[in-house]
Amino acid sequence: MDALILQLLNGLDKGGAYALIALGLTLVFGTLGVVNFAHGAIFMIGAFCAVTLRKLLTISTQVRDESITLFEAYKEVPILEAKFPVVGSIIVHFSVPLAILAAIPVMLALGLLMERGLIRHFYKRPHADQILVTFGLAIICQEIIRHYFGANPIPQAAPAVVAGSANIGAFLGLGDNVVYPWWRLIYLLFSFIVIAAVFAFLQFTTFGMVVRAGMQDREMVGLLGIDIQRRFTIVFGMAAVVAGLAGVMYTPILPPDYHMGMDFLVLSFVVVVVGGMGSLGGAVLAGFLLGILQSFASMNEIKSVLPGIDQIIIYLVAVVVLLVRPRGLMGRKGVMED
Amino acid sequence: MKNTSATSDWILFIAFAAAVLTMPIWLAPFGANYPDLMQKFAIFGVFAIGFNILFGLTGYLSFGHAAFLGVGSYTAVWSFKLLTMNVLPAVVFSIVVAGAFAFLIGFISLRRSGIYFSILTLAFAQMSYNLAYSVLTPITNGETGLQLSLSDARVLDAAVGVSTGRSLPSTSLFGIKMSGLPGFYFCAVALIIGFFIALRITRSPFGTMLRGIKSNQTRMSYTGLNTRPYLIWAFVISGMYAGLAGSLLAVTDPLAGAERMQWTASGEVVLMTILGGAGTLLGPVLGAALIKYFENIFSAFNDVTLNQAFDALPDGLQGFVVELVSLFVGDGWHLTLGLLFMITVIFLPGGIMEGMRRIGGLFTRKKPQPASSTTSAVADPS
Repeated sequence: MDALILQLLNGLDKGGAYALIALGLTLVFGTLGVVNFAHGAIFMIGAFCAVTLRKLLTISTQVRDESITLFEAYKEVPILEAKFPVVGSIIVHFSVPLAILAAIPVMLALGLLMERGLIRHFYKRPHADQILVTFGLAIICQEIIRHYFGANPIPQAAPAVVAGSANIGAFLGLGDNVVYPWWRLIYLLFSFIVIAAVFAFLQFTTFGMVVRAGMQDREMVGLLGIDIQRRFTIVFGMAAVVAGLAGVMYTPILPPDYHMGMDFLVLSFVVVVVGGMGSLGGAVLAGFLLGILQSFASMNEIKSVLPGIDQIIIYLVAVVVLLVRPRGLMGRKGVMED
Repeated sequence: MKNTSATSDWILFIAFAAAVLTMPIWLAPFGANYPDLMQKFAIFGVFAIGFNILFGLTGYLSFGHAAFLGVGSYTAVWSFKLLTMNVLPAVVFSIVVAGAFAFLIGFISLRRSGIYFSILTLAFAQMSYNLAYSVLTPITNGETGLQLSLSDARVLDAAVGVSTGRSLPSTSLFGIKMSGLPGFYFCAVALIIGFFIALRITRSPFGTMLRGIKSNQTRMSYTGLNTRPYLIWAFVISGMYAGLAGSLLAVTDPLAGAERMQWTASGEVVLMTILGGAGTLLGPVLGAALIKYFENIFSAFNDVTLNQAFDALPDGLQGFVVELVSLFVGDGWHLTLGLLFMITVIFLPGGIMEGMRRIGGLFTRKKPQPASSTTSAVADPS
């Protein structure tokens, strides 16, 4: 029972990341009709926003080490901490949450730039061309990151306040065996909030209404005198922000390295296809579903019956879904029917 | 498509064969005439030709072709381990096994088209890759990769009485060792045969059928044709080419690792085909050779060689230029690859072959044919 709950949480956690990336992919596909293979790279760049911010915050200076009295010893201390002992150290500790604030404008700018500079020339080209050009872009992004940050994963610490584990077993009345890292719980909550925010934005604002109308019938919205293209560009920026934030928040869970985007991209594409091309709800549902399936498949009890199932379960599910329900779990009629 | 007469095809084929076989001579000025590199040209040429039969002719973009390459390599190494060090059985087995594997995957994947097909093939390839790393370790030897060892059975060799002594045996073709130049000629012959078959396929009614599927599959079905068998055959044939390429990799270096099946490897063959010109006959071979050539040249650079190269520049400028160039060479070779990829898809969707046609068009003062190739990465066959 305890193990089941832990695996469920693990799965929800993974699923949160998949869902956030898949949400962006689906948004872009539903609005612009573009298959974006560079979306994983955006996730990765988001993660490196956190890395960069931490690097900037911890630019260090030499300070006299008071604990050593025999000789003059110096130690490296971040300038911030040296200048403002209390506030500075808090800021440094909270670099990951702070990176969220920094990442939003950066990712938005990156998304808009990408859309205006490259993607918009590819609306009318076949999907194969879109896949190829964004694949090239993804390679470029990841190589640039590798050049500046190296090939090794760079661990990021969560704020010390939430570094420990939550005793959710006691909370649920199940005994003390069920403990789970705070940060992962926060990540789960965060992904729920972001997903809810995106849905609320599309559902309850005029902007969102226009976008939804544009997804239904782009030409009609255009005829009504609305510059739908501009809104779709902003939607692309939004998708980039969502993926970027997912990346920022994921850094304490998985030390970011330059190819983490590619790893997540392949899975997210599978998620989108399982959920149904162009269906936002489907993407979220499939994200969590596949995340949970994957973490249950990696339990020892199941692995001993079906060895290797944890490695392939997601792909296996995708194959079955595509063959049985070609439109995906919640796919809309008329989207990519060929 | 005006030069489709049988004679010009033969001329093309003979010219191609001559060019491939004389590679050791005319590649010398480029510093690329050493066997290791030329073997790579030939092997990846085979791979790209095979990929082009699927992508270039039918327009189905497979993102999992490296899986067949990997399967071919594993089969070949197992043939070396169990049967004999002779390369012919290895090559034959690899082609057969890769073909069967391709049939299995193609049978399922080809139920869908467009991006779904791409993702299905990608999913299958990733699945094979993950399995090769984990559960199938008894067959694939996991991360270490499958290698020859002294305790291998080699039933046929033992029956004939060939003993390997105390050192690892090397692959051979009836006694000719398959390393260095002989190895290259073996791969070159495979490439030439592969090219010939591809040429015949392109010109055959079967090839016309595949192109028909590319231009309008719905119409093909409305005329009462079942397109599925044609697609499956195209997929299987291209999988067999990949298997052949995989076995040749094992022939020149008897070692097989799972990383050959990773999806970046699949992306590489897509790039080769696009760069050369998808749907053309020569394009994929050209693209494969160019990419392997530049990979070899570019990744050999490091800061020291760069500093030597730009020694003539003033100090400050030299540092800057070296810094800038080092982004693109050595470890950064993949950055160049990505840029090349984007530039090709954006500006020259028909690849090098279309570029040459355009340049040729300038000289003959004729308007280059504005074929469908300007709108799609999949050009018409030349």
